[in-house]
Amino acid sequence: MDTPEQLRDRLLARFPGAQIVLVPNPGPAAQPSLLLDAAHAVEAARFLRDASGLRFDYCSNVTGIDWPEKEIVETTKTTVPDPAGGPPKVVEQKTKRVQSGYLEAVYHLYSMELKHGPVILRLRTANRTDRNAVPSLTPIWRSCEFQEREAYDLFGIVFEGHPDLRRILMWDEFKDHPMRKDYVAPDDFEWEPTPHGEVLERAKAHYPAPPPQEGGAV
Amino acid sequence: MSFESAGLSPLNASLATGSWLSGAPSGPTVRAVHDEFHGDLLEVSMGPQHPSTHGVFRMVATLDGEKIVKLNPVFGYLHRNHEKLGENTTYLASMPYTDRLDYLCSMTNNWAYALAVEKLAGQAVPERAEYLRIILGELTRLVNHACLVGFLFNDLGTSFTPLLYAFREREKILDLFESLSGSRMMCNYQRFGGCRVDPTPEWLAAVGKIVDGFPRFLDEYEQLLTGNEILLARTQGVGRLAPELAVSAGITGPMLRASGVNYDIRKVDGYGLYPRFEFRVPLGEHGDTYDRYMMRILEMRESVGILQQALRDLPAGPIMDPKAKLRGFRPKAGEAYGRIEGPKGEIGFYLISDGSPNPYRYRVRPPSFVNLTVLEDMCLGHTIADAVVILGSIDIVLGEVDR
Repeated sequence: MDTPEQLRDRLLARFPGAQIVLVPNPGPAAQPSLLLDAAHAVEAARFLRDASGLRFDYCSNVTGIDWPEKEIVETTKTTVPDPAGGPPKVVEQKTKRVQSGYLEAVYHLYSMELKHGPVILRLRTANRTDRNAVPSLTPIWRSCEFQEREAYDLFGIVFEGHPDLRRILMWDEFKDHPMRKDYVAPDDFEWEPTPHGEVLERAKAHYPAPPPQEGGAV
Repeated sequence: MSFESAGLSPLNASLATGSWLSGAPSGPTVRAVHDEFHGDLLEVSMGPQHPSTHGVFRMVATLDGEKIVKLNPVFGYLHRNHEKLGENTTYLASMPYTDRLDYLCSMTNNWAYALAVEKLAGQAVPERAEYLRIILGELTRLVNHACLVGFLFNDLGTSFTPLLYAFREREKILDLFESLSGSRMMCNYQRFGGCRVDPTPEWLAAVGKIVDGFPRFLDEYEQLLTGNEILLARTQGVGRLAPELAVSAGITGPMLRASGVNYDIRKVDGYGLYPRFEFRVPLGEHGDTYDRYMMRILEMRESVGILQQALRDLPAGPIMDPKAKLRGFRPKAGEAYGRIEGPKGEIGFYLISDGSPNPYRYRVRPPSFVNLTVLEDMCLGHTIADAVVILGSIDIVLGEVDR
């Protein structure tokens, strides 16, 4: 099987305009993944599935990852010569930079025909709020159907081109995406407005509380 | 029925190019609901509280007369955001939670999670622990498959007798699990870099006795069931799954092999010490419900063979890697995906570490959740009574589907 580097080169040779980046994995498993750009993702995935020698016909695992925006503090040291002629001073300057957050969809591909794998694909959204769409790979591998729905449900990644993008585990009326890192669970999941409270308020307004009696309680 | 030789049939072009999405009619199509010539379509919501849906699972079936023309699986009633729980606790604290995923197969869930973490941290496992994992994993397969066959017959309406036969054998194995790990079903037995308890020679002798007696149970079971007229009439040709669709839809486990695709992760990945064992991979020919039943029976027979080899060759030695760290466990930053062949299919864990004691991302790849993808495709054109049997043959556990 091709190494991830060879695979990237093969994809770049096939799709010259594509931006395909190798994302390193520093851990002991050490398998890098291929980050595809949205414009070429579907075609690149189809190539991986159909090209001879690759034949990644089985997409095993699809999931989302939330990378919220984080503040990176960079320290720069500059040496300032002392005008009085003493030893030069080292001045530390801290600059804060905000790295924008994004959502990521990860696909693990194997080949059932040639029995090799995995190849890990990644797709990234532009941000976590309004530009949170990536192309759906369900037209290539049907196994993405439920798993992309799950990533949509729990992470809020919108898969463009998915035939039936609905919530799958949470109920339809649910608003938030619970797997995001900044999700705050409500105090009471089962609270819903009932006529009870309103009726109570109206009853109170209808029968005003008795005025306080003079001289304190009897 | 054949063994391995069939291989993967060449991919059918229409299915491989994804034309199933473009709505090529594979069965009856949904017509107008009100049609004065043919009568109305009926939408039946089956579940979530229904004995034959194996838990809180709902099927919304649209019926044309008795035929299913559309079927929409609805689930999530048991959702507790298992993955979020995993991200909020340490690596080891998630181990008992994995028992609750597929509560019939806690040993294999533990194994898959331990394998993923060992990959993430680059840990080794001693030989004896690998053998113990195989012994417990195959015992779990026996429990799961025997119960599945029992439940399948329950769905066929054979009123509990086959299930009680299976439960009799299951109790014996669960007693073994209990005496080893302290719990019948929530075993919490594996650790990163080994196992928790070393079994005594008496325990191993008890396993040997049960394993040697198991083929007799299987013979008895098959004599009762395999040629049974109800089974043949209700399952042969019902719920056919084409191999091309099965591959594309990511079906794994006995359900995939019933369609004739030779893909067993024990053979393909060779994780643990499986390359040392001799066993065959049964393959079906028709991909119908009967083949899926038969796969379970044949796999149980192969598992008995694996267990006998493992008990024969079990070496002495430590059961934990001496370098393994249980307290203050912090794998280096990185990611890993570990998967094993569970009784229901590929169960995998995808973990991302950022160097802290908790995983940054903890993902379960649930086999029965993905296997449900093709439920509608298999049910189209059959009756609602068949849908119950087809669902039974998929082998779902809602603790894992909903997580």
